[in-house]
Amino acid sequence: MDNMVDVYFYGKRYSVPDSLTIMTAMEYAGYELKRGCGCRHGFCGACATIYRIKGKNELHTCLACQTQVQEGMCVASIPFFPTDKRTYKIEEIKPDKQIMMQLYPEIYSCIGCNACTKACTQGLDVMQYIAYAQRGDFKKCAELSFDCVGCGCCSVRCPAGISHPMVGLLARRLTGKYIAPKSRHLEDRVEEINHGEYDELIERIMQKPITEIEELYNTRDIEK
Amino acid sequence: MFTPEMMKSVRKVEATRDERMRTEPRRMTAEEKDELLKAYHPDYRTEAFDEIKIGPNKGEKAPKELANLLHSNSRILGEDIDLTKIDYDTDVLIIGGGGAGASAAIEADEAGAKVMIVTKLRIGDANTMMAEGGIQAADKPNDSPVQHYLDAFGGGHFAARPELLRRLVMEAPDAIKWLNELGVMFDKDEDGDMVTTHGGGTSRKRMHACKDYSGAEIMRTVRDEVINRKIPVIEFTSAVELIKDTNGRAAGAVLLNMETGDYMVARAKTVIIATGGAGRMHYQNFPTSNHYGATADGLVMGYRAGAPLLYQDTIQYHPTGVAYPSQIFGALVTEKVRSLGAMLVNAEGEAFMHPLETRDVSAASIIRECSARGKGVTTPLGSGVWLDTPMIEKIGGAGTIEKRIPAMLRMYLNYGIDMRELPILVYPTLHYQNGGLEIGGDGFTKVIDNLLVAGEAVGGIHGRNRLMGNSLLDIIVFGRNAGKAAAAKAKDIELGALTLRHIEDYAKALAEAGLETNDVSPLLLPKYARHER
Repeated sequence: MDNMVDVYFYGKRYSVPDSLTIMTAMEYAGYELKRGCGCRHGFCGACATIYRIKGKNELHTCLACQTQVQEGMCVASIPFFPTDKRTYKIEEIKPDKQIMMQLYPEIYSCIGCNACTKACTQGLDVMQYIAYAQRGDFKKCAELSFDCVGCGCCSVRCPAGISHPMVGLLARRLTGKYIAPKSRHLEDRVEEINHGEYDELIERIMQKPITEIEELYNTRDIEK
Repeated sequence: MFTPEMMKSVRKVEATRDERMRTEPRRMTAEEKDELLKAYHPDYRTEAFDEIKIGPNKGEKAPKELANLLHSNSRILGEDIDLTKIDYDTDVLIIGGGGAGASAAIEADEAGAKVMIVTKLRIGDANTMMAEGGIQAADKPNDSPVQHYLDAFGGGHFAARPELLRRLVMEAPDAIKWLNELGVMFDKDEDGDMVTTHGGGTSRKRMHACKDYSGAEIMRTVRDEVINRKIPVIEFTSAVELIKDTNGRAAGAVLLNMETGDYMVARAKTVIIATGGAGRMHYQNFPTSNHYGATADGLVMGYRAGAPLLYQDTIQYHPTGVAYPSQIFGALVTEKVRSLGAMLVNAEGEAFMHPLETRDVSAASIIRECSARGKGVTTPLGSGVWLDTPMIEKIGGAGTIEKRIPAMLRMYLNYGIDMRELPILVYPTLHYQNGGLEIGGDGFTKVIDNLLVAGEAVGGIHGRNRLMGNSLLDIIVFGRNAGKAAAAKAKDIELGALTLRHIEDYAKALAEAGLETNDVSPLLLPKYARHER
């Protein structure tokens, strides 16, 4: 038999098994989720949630699908947050400091309160990656922000109105496209295929009788 | 943390680790694999399948839950939907906001078409976002698209449609290049060479990755591009039926606002079904690694409009779903954990199989270990086997787990399990629908004009089992192709009047087959809410 705990969804008390996550506890309580529920496994950021433990002051942020319930949890999910994404043409921008200034000038209003880092559901050093973005060090910004799931909890807490996930995303796209070294073997292979170098070989294997392909498959050498 | 009983078994795993690391387990022969699958793979449990009673696949088998959806009523049967009142008018209508839908939208937009996406949750709430391990492409000098074809064809039991598999492998390197040029951060070394590993059943190391956020990195990049291009994305709006024109061609969809319950009409010259998988149907009561909306909607809509399914009776159970703790039960433990060296080990500390057999074989082997052989580890929710993750740090050096599979490390640390120090418990989880709607090499269904399908909703690309890394690949390759093909086709189309006649015809066929039901489909979302009364 499960141990039961009292939790409060939008201020209303429910008794739920303590083994559940916030998300499954809401369903246990009878909620049919539409917003605030996406991948259910911690990758999509749909279930950004804030809670306090009754009687305690500290405000917590979490992903509802990745957080176990506790006694006295007062929970509100954030079904949508108006993140401020600026649009741009990836082919036309350059990975220099100017682009951050143009698209996300508010990052320079950061007051260094570190509320973003404290709010991060992934445990990322958010303020530091914003600092890298300010300096135009997009590679470092990209690396530090890489595990961001875009839940937006950082932005909710930011007094400067920064949309941190969007800053990280821009830095990653700039890094992936312009800063990381090119893959020669990839470009070569695309060229070879475009020149038809595999057309005949692929036709040949497609035409083979199944028994012959079975033999090829079962005896193929496997790279160590 | 693990229970004391589990910890006793962990000690056995630790005791054999050094010895196991010196020997590579033998791979099974073709005959051994066949026998294993027939005896233990869930696809062979005949009692879990029903016969489809009406429609193009009448007489064939489908998982009971899917057959039930196909035998259910349309949501709009008897609803008064005015098809002359058009809420959205577009060239290309894309149903589904995952990787396939977003890729299709970008290419259709690039081709100059007017395009829109409808999706029942948010754009990016999709299995693409949750793909961890990587994406295949034969782009290394020791590899070739032909080798990729052979691996995928054999891994899929020689059942893939050759014209589809050809497109998959031949367009794979260009898909990687396209993603890279959109800004996807692939793992590379300092010279720019892609860091690639094996997946189960690959003969060359061709798994490209973005740590273990591969799908998330791809999805957030293509989503960002869709938004940059100002392509309309109508979220929390589900397509519930296809609309045809009086010539029998696909011509749009009836949409449902998920929040208000209002119906709307979208008219389109071409329609792309990119609705993804079916994990949330929980076939055979398996837990699933899939996202909340994976309920086979596109298969139901397409089938009701007359499009045949292919291989609807083959499902992929990912061998390594989380078996413990309960809070993350069924979540995916990426195959990359095994690519990096972790072995599958039973309760006695024995490596009972080669860790990189194909997924169907690995899943069946784990099920055998936990059933007939009685060498599983008992958990509160069933049983599982060990995935010996500390081996990764021994092989790759300290820090390898944090660098290469941070999402896995984080997921387990949430529950006090440090996979660098302790092995983790896994059991198969419902992961992927191998089958789906049948398409030709051009991406169009063969029987309904102007209707395309892309991504997991397609059947036949992989055959009866799919290799790791070929799904992220197929959503990009077939998504892009569908977008281009739909945009090109839309140029020459003059639509006739809209009709939902096929919905009435389907209802008649249900009645004639004696199938009376109060169930409606598509399901849209699983019913997880517990109502006491």
